[in-house]
This record gives sequence, C-alpha cells and structure tokens, in this order.
Amino acid sequence: MTAPNTEKRATGFPRWSALIPVGVLAIIMGFFAVGLTKDPHALPTMMIDRPMPEFQLDPLSKDIPLLTNEDVRGGVTLVNVFGSWCVACAAEHPELMELGNSGAITIYGVDWRDTAFEGRQWLERYGNPYTKVGLDADSRLAINLGVTGAPESFLIDADGRIRYKHIGPITPEVWEDTLLPLIQDIEGGTP
Amino acid sequence: MNRLLFLFCFLAFQAVSFANAQEKTDSEFSPAIEAEARTVGKSLRCVVCQNQSIEDSGAPLAADMRQLVRERLVAGDTPDEVRAFMTDRYGNFVLMKPPFQPDTFLLWSAPFAFVLIAGLCWLVYLRPAARAMETPAPLSDEEIARLNAHLQERGEA
Repeated sequence: MTAPNTEKRATGFPRWSALIPVGVLAIIMGFFAVGLTKDPHALPTMMIDRPMPEFQLDPLSKDIPLLTNEDVRGGVTLVNVFGSWCVACAAEHPELMELGNSGAITIYGVDWRDTAFEGRQWLERYGNPYTKVGLDADSRLAINLGVTGAPESFLIDADGRIRYKHIGPITPEVWEDTLLPLIQDIEGGTP
Repeated sequence: MNRLLFLFCFLAFQAVSFANAQEKTDSEFSPAIEAEARTVGKSLRCVVCQNQSIEDSGAPLAADMRQLVRERLVAGDTPDEVRAFMTDRYGNFVLMKPPFQPDTFLLWSAPFAFVLIAGLCWLVYLRPAARAMETPAPLSDEEIARLNAHLQERGEA
C-alpha cells in the first residue's frame, strides 16, 4: 500500500516550469545565432541621403587637380577614400583604374591620413584613376563622412547628396552587382 | 661608489619625472578644456578599435577625433553637443554608453525585468513552499493510526 502519486513536490513550482530554462536557453541561442554571424566592423551608415559635407582639402602636387566642394555637384560621381598606407586600397586599385580609364564614372580621391609626398608617390606607382584628388591629413572630411576605415567609397548624385556608401575594396563584382545598378537608378531620375 | 650609485638613481628618477611632466603639458589646450575633453573622449568609442574609448586608443583616427573634440569645445560646444556631432556621423555606436530610446528599451529594462520576475517567483512559489516546510501539517487520523500500528508492531511484539 504505497502512497499514491500525490506527494507534494519540494518547491511550489508547477511541473511545466522545468521547461523554462530550456526555453530561456533557446532564446539566448537564437540571439547568438543571429548576433555572432554579423560583422561587428560593418557599422550602420548615417550619411545616406545627406548632402556631401563641406570640405577643404590640400593638394597632393601641382600636377594633380585638387578636389573641391564644387566638383561633387553636376553628375553622379564616386568619392573614394584611400591612403598610401592602406593595403586593401592597393587591392582595389586595378578596378578603379579600369573604371577611371573606361570613363564609366568620374572618380574623386580623398587621400586620408597621408602625406602629400607619400600619396603622390603611391599614385605614380599604381597609376591615378582619379579626376581630382585632395589630401585629408587630419581626418577632417573623413570624420564628417563617418569614415571608419579605408577604402570606403561614396556614390554622390548630381545634387551633391550621398546615395550609397561602400565599405571595403571595390571588386568587379561589387561594381557590376551593386554600384552600376545604383548609378543607373540614380541617373534614371529617381530622386 | 655608493654616492655614484645614488647619483645615477637620482638622475634616472629625474628623467622619468621630467618625461611625465612633458606628457602633461604638451597639450596646446587649456587645462579646463583638456579635462572636459577627456571626459567627453571617455564616452566616445573608437570606431577602429571598438572596445576602447578614443581617449584610451592609440589608433590614428582616435587621435584625430580627440583633436576634433578639443577644437569643438574651444569653439564653444557643450560636451553633449560634441557627442551629438559624433553620433550624427557615426550613429549611436560611437557612444560607449547606449542612450535610452525605443530601440534600446529592452536592453536597459531587461535587468530590472529579470529582478522583478525573480521576485515574483519567490513570492508566488518559493515562499509558500518554505512556509509549508517550516510548520508541517499535523498528521491526519489515518496517519496517526498507521503510526501507532507500526510502533506496536516493533515495541510490543
């Protein structure tokens, strides 16, 4: 005559409460599954659809035209932030050369945290795809643009507004799949 | 010989303290601006080396940001205005302490919610259970009868 199964449990928790830790664990794992696959270096961009900030850059040399505020108005242009110290910039350079030479788009260069001498040398060595270049030695423009690393490239529309920011090297794929369709879109007249 | 050693130590110490003094005074800004800029800088994240503030970071971009913070303070910006300038360009990410707003509501309220839930569990489940254990329910008549039966079996067999 053993006692039936009405024995009181040690605590007052109902039986289903044993599933709570399992549920909590599932939720935490869900957060990790999403969170850990994100790139912590890809920061959200605040600058989209804002006008290109005013800037004043220094020339690299007498022979390289200086990039000024007026240049980023009047047509769709690509402003490329680079530096002679930047390895990934050298990697994307052949693609920029090709785009610059083919006349696919006007490319402007912002030589970031560099010296005029080293920037000049770098362009002599790898070629100059830029219609105009300016030196941003103390990050004035870079900070105004919310730049976190090089290379970064900004698509500017005819009104001088930033329409897209690409972080990292521009590869042929990036150009074909992302930038070119965007440029066609912007030129197509969608405001 | 001892005196020579003493002299050497003395000079070495002098050099160190001189270097320290150098570090403190090489700022082109007034001590007040410098102090304010450090507070602001501590609250701004270095966007290159993400777990450091721009005051603690050795990254070149952080150095340029420190300079900018000082210049804006000199120009008359309040610390909050300087922070707003940075978040305007880099987003909330640039703040070491995320602000309380709709999309961070969960983040800030979660710890309090957990404490609240734990408290409720204690009130509803654990406390009554603990009470029940302190003062066991008196035996029912049936239980007393069974107990007596057992005792008789043992003692007076």
